[in-house]
Amino acid sequence: MKLLEYEAKGVLAKYGIPTPKGGLAKNKAEACEIAQTLRPPLVVKAQVPVAGRGKAGGILFADSVREAEKAAEKLFSMQIRGIPVRSVWIEEKVNAQKELYFGMTVDRLNKTYVIIGSTEGGMEIEEVAEKTPEKVLRFSIDPLHGFRSYHARQIAKRMGYTGSKLSMLANIFHNLYRAGVDYDAELIEMNPLAETFEGNFVAVDARIIVDDNALFRHPEYKDRPLEGEFSPQEVEAAKNDLAYVKLDGEIGVIGNGAGLVMATLDAIYLYGGKPANFLDVGGGAPSEKIAAALRIVLSDPNVKALFINILGGITRCDEVAKGILQAKDKLGIEKPMVIRLVGTNEEEGKRILAEAGVQVLDSMEDAARQVVEIVKRM
Amino acid sequence: MGIIVGKETKAIVQGITGAQGSFHTKLMLEYGTKIVAGVTPGKGGTTVHGIPVYDTVEEALERHEANASIIFVPAPFAADAALEALENGLKTVVIITEHIPIKDAMNVMAYARRVGATVVGPNTPGIITPGECKLGIMPAHIFKPGIVGMISRSGTLTYEIAAGLSKRQLGQSTCVGLGGDPIIGLNFVDVLKLFEKDAQTEAVAIIGEIGGNLEELAAEYIAKEKYPKHVVAFVAGRTAPPGKRMGHAGAIIMGKAGTAESKIEAFRKAGVEVAEKPSDVAFLLEKMIKR
Repeated sequence: MKLLEYEAKGVLAKYGIPTPKGGLAKNKAEACEIAQTLRPPLVVKAQVPVAGRGKAGGILFADSVREAEKAAEKLFSMQIRGIPVRSVWIEEKVNAQKELYFGMTVDRLNKTYVIIGSTEGGMEIEEVAEKTPEKVLRFSIDPLHGFRSYHARQIAKRMGYTGSKLSMLANIFHNLYRAGVDYDAELIEMNPLAETFEGNFVAVDARIIVDDNALFRHPEYKDRPLEGEFSPQEVEAAKNDLAYVKLDGEIGVIGNGAGLVMATLDAIYLYGGKPANFLDVGGGAPSEKIAAALRIVLSDPNVKALFINILGGITRCDEVAKGILQAKDKLGIEKPMVIRLVGTNEEEGKRILAEAGVQVLDSMEDAARQVVEIVKRM
Repeated sequence: MGIIVGKETKAIVQGITGAQGSFHTKLMLEYGTKIVAGVTPGKGGTTVHGIPVYDTVEEALERHEANASIIFVPAPFAADAALEALENGLKTVVIITEHIPIKDAMNVMAYARRVGATVVGPNTPGIITPGECKLGIMPAHIFKPGIVGMISRSGTLTYEIAAGLSKRQLGQSTCVGLGGDPIIGLNFVDVLKLFEKDAQTEAVAIIGEIGGNLEELAAEYIAKEKYPKHVVAFVAGRTAPPGKRMGHAGAIIMGKAGTAESKIEAFRKAGVEVAEKPSDVAFLLEKMIKR
């Protein structure tokens, strides 16, 4: 789950990391109120979970309360990468003499957290790593040992700091690590972390992505609305514990198992078709879940035909067959369906569908070819 | 023969009293897997399908000899269960549970590394050495003993491809489900090394998917070591959009990293044949083995 900038900054502040003075506004009047409490120049920032928000026009500058109000009004009328702006964060602009990068993410290969630091902050760290890899410091954290204060000092030192600045910076690094671990962050970063002319450090922008699988430990984010970032189908699927991803084709796809569904999409492309979605019902899905999957896929108006690909392991083919008929009765599905059904209780599943006049295939590749042909003829 | 599990494997089941744990204990017993005890805190003294249940792993191992564990414990408690198994000296731990937090998984892997144990998963269908031992949830009838080692990040796709192999009389030595999560115990290279030393295994099928770079590292290893056995690869997710998790927590393209093209390209460069569709895996292996 991607936290918004103001939420991430709230977490950082809780861990003693300096952030610019600011406030959140949900409308123009609130923006005006907040701006009045701050000292210009100000920055007005759209709160959307999109990286590269600045480039997309989501960050505006203002020299007065009036300008801040106007900037907020402009942002409220915008969509950034398709996401409407529902709130803006207004803060005092920080004058930086230097911009640093500091963050922590997951190193899949080493199976550890990795700290990433750079004296080249303010741009995307991937870009820095590509152009000037020597300017990116990486430090693997042994999970059994942790990121210690002296590790933080080592990194501050390597970045060229000494004396009181070294201590100040090392403190911030260590606190960011603590925040990352406590919040189960897949990614936590300050970019830029500004060094001011007065010799202080301030996190000017912050990002946190919380591990979705750890949300049970963070109930404050559990009921956060998903609307905006996700399509209506994706929101509905999440509610039904189904993995759904919207794509731009016309063949609706339902299958069991992430790898099998991905391979199904690939097969559709291979035969010249285009899938409308990815939908994995998971293992052992009961008939109600299958019916919910059908309902969600068919709510996408682009879907012209359906391809259901089930290889029953823990999933039972008879349950799938019942779910398909349940949905057919309730939704009155008119669109053509191609069904591939093999595995556990296959005979029973096929019998149930055959009695209802629904044809079933054995090979996923034959089925993929058939559904593509059906759509082409339409 | 085969790798990691076999006739000598004696396992305990952690989370044996839950719906999944109990159901699959029955199926594993029917397959002939030696299950010696179960563990569920608070349920000690009961039995499941005739298997005695204990409150702790320590107690189970005082009464029974075991060398492996399979874990069906719910995600919030699964890492604790895995650490309990590892600390009590079990050297093979299969974690079936999905949705374990990344931080917890990292702790388990670090501890396993320290004690020199093998972790399969999490979020895996498990591991099967056909005809000898099934420590997992895969439908057993699909698999047949034979010469093909399988390594996969996916469940049902493995069944799809294994069924294709079995149909063409290409049985399997061992099938290892690495797991669909970003942090997993074994990677392709670890298992390739084990298959290299296994006399029964003559060919290897690698079933990868988008996300991470484990497939690229496997390709590099195969090229560098001039891997002595036939290898065929399949990579799912050629048409997956970037930035979206495709069902598995680990199946996500980040920026330019983790794409199917990158993985396929790496395999081709290493001289590994890449199957275009699942059914081609069996077809390609058959051609190579006959040659």
